[in-house]
Amino acid sequence: MAEKVLMKGNEAIAEAAIRAGCRHYFGYPITPQTEIAAYMAKKMPKIGGTFLQAESEIAAINMVYGVSSAGFRVMTSSSSPGVSLKSEGLSYLAGCDLPALVVNVQRGGPGLGGIQPSQSDYFMATKGGGHGDFRMIVLAPASVQEMAGLTFKAFELADQYRMTAMLLADGTLGQMMEAITFPETEVRTFDKPWAVTGTQMKRPHNIINSLALVPDVLEKMNFDRYKKYAEIEEKEPMYESYMMDDAEICVVAFGIASRVSKNAIMAARAEGIKVGMIRPITLWPFPTKALAEAAQKCRAFVSVELNMGQMIEDVRLATGCARPVSLCNRAGGMIPTPDHVLASIREANKGGN
Amino acid sequence: MATSQILIAGFGGQGVLFAGKFLAYKALTENKQLSWLPSYGPEMRGGTANCSVIISDDPVGSPIITTPDCLIAMNRPSLDKYVDAVAPGGMILVDSSLISVEVERTDVRTFYIPATKMANDAGFATLANMVLVGKLIKESGVVSFENNKETFEKFIPAKKANLIEINCQALQTGYDY
Repeated sequence: MAEKVLMKGNEAIAEAAIRAGCRHYFGYPITPQTEIAAYMAKKMPKIGGTFLQAESEIAAINMVYGVSSAGFRVMTSSSSPGVSLKSEGLSYLAGCDLPALVVNVQRGGPGLGGIQPSQSDYFMATKGGGHGDFRMIVLAPASVQEMAGLTFKAFELADQYRMTAMLLADGTLGQMMEAITFPETEVRTFDKPWAVTGTQMKRPHNIINSLALVPDVLEKMNFDRYKKYAEIEEKEPMYESYMMDDAEICVVAFGIASRVSKNAIMAARAEGIKVGMIRPITLWPFPTKALAEAAQKCRAFVSVELNMGQMIEDVRLATGCARPVSLCNRAGGMIPTPDHVLASIREANKGGN
Repeated sequence: MATSQILIAGFGGQGVLFAGKFLAYKALTENKQLSWLPSYGPEMRGGTANCSVIISDDPVGSPIITTPDCLIAMNRPSLDKYVDAVAPGGMILVDSSLISVEVERTDVRTFYIPATKMANDAGFATLANMVLVGKLIKESGVVSFENNKETFEKFIPAKKANLIEINCQALQTGYDY
């Protein structure tokens, strides 16, 4: 069995990326994700990889675009304001159907905001990381082990579907250390016949470009891309179901909010409240079916978030507004305490049916 | 279900994060579940710093500590800030070389250890943190007091291996106090 080691979440992402075959990292420092860049700076030169501190976040995402076009696994990482700067590049990646891993270790916003943990980039990640019709696969780890595991998964999904996968973490997960193992599993790779690798005079040119001036051509590209998205929505949703067997109240939380919620659920269970949790692991595709099924038997939902209420909209959509959905939240870098979540669970338990 | 929530707080530069790291690695070697969470931000030597370590037989839920079972206070602002948060029946370890006030609460066990003075006198001036951790292990039993050297070897880089011995001595000094 692989040895257990202690790592920060940020370091776990970096190590997992290297193990997943990523040899090209471009970034620009920003708290609370700088350990990813620091780890890459130390490791990449030793294994023949590229670490490059770009002149800006915008430059970094465009370097990602270039390397991805050449068919290599590539990533960048940043935190909230830095990811905003990358949004143009994210749209271009989508327009060219290029795979990439983008990590966002979120901090409080809007604007330059603060540096403490937040989940207020949920909308940005799941509803649109830039202009135009496009999606990103959004993965939300809740532990250091998952930071690593979902990094592998993100590279695979990105290559498989030729699109950006975003790892959406937060400052707490990035900074905390937990025990972690890196299992010796085979890394899945994918052929990339579309990559610009030189024709060797044996095939027509591959062209990577997002410019499409003829409306009906561009329309068809959009429709085709959305067929792919529909397939992903069908096949790829991931979630954890926690104490849901007899649950009457369903907490919905991801990332660090789900960790706090587990404490609250234990406390509520001790009071005799039948409460469980659905923890979305993919935020897009959202685990809509799981929530729709939960709405069949749960009386009420509580969405626990480190923002002003963003995921709650998807909870309401997924449950068809069949049950009341309340919000338990803190924002700006604050984190709800287990007692705060417990109070919301008690409140939800009082109401309805 | 045994869970210990340990909060170590002091000035930046006192080795608050390092002390937490030792406990975390200790828990790792004893196959316990753990989380280690630093305060992070615009901190520097002289600013305040703290570190939350949770050690448990079960998977750790939230890594954020709101009611510590155990507080190590390495300066006055840290004691003032967290003294009321400590769980009733919990434990407070005070570096009495640097903190002249006493804890008024009677529902917690308080230990006054002149850790900074002890470390200075023993010739390892910067290791008051480990003196306090030694006392913590003695009074709480949260981890064993065996294989300390092996634990340090897990996270002190080889080129600084010469520091392991005095770290062990500092732990012992606190443990014996």
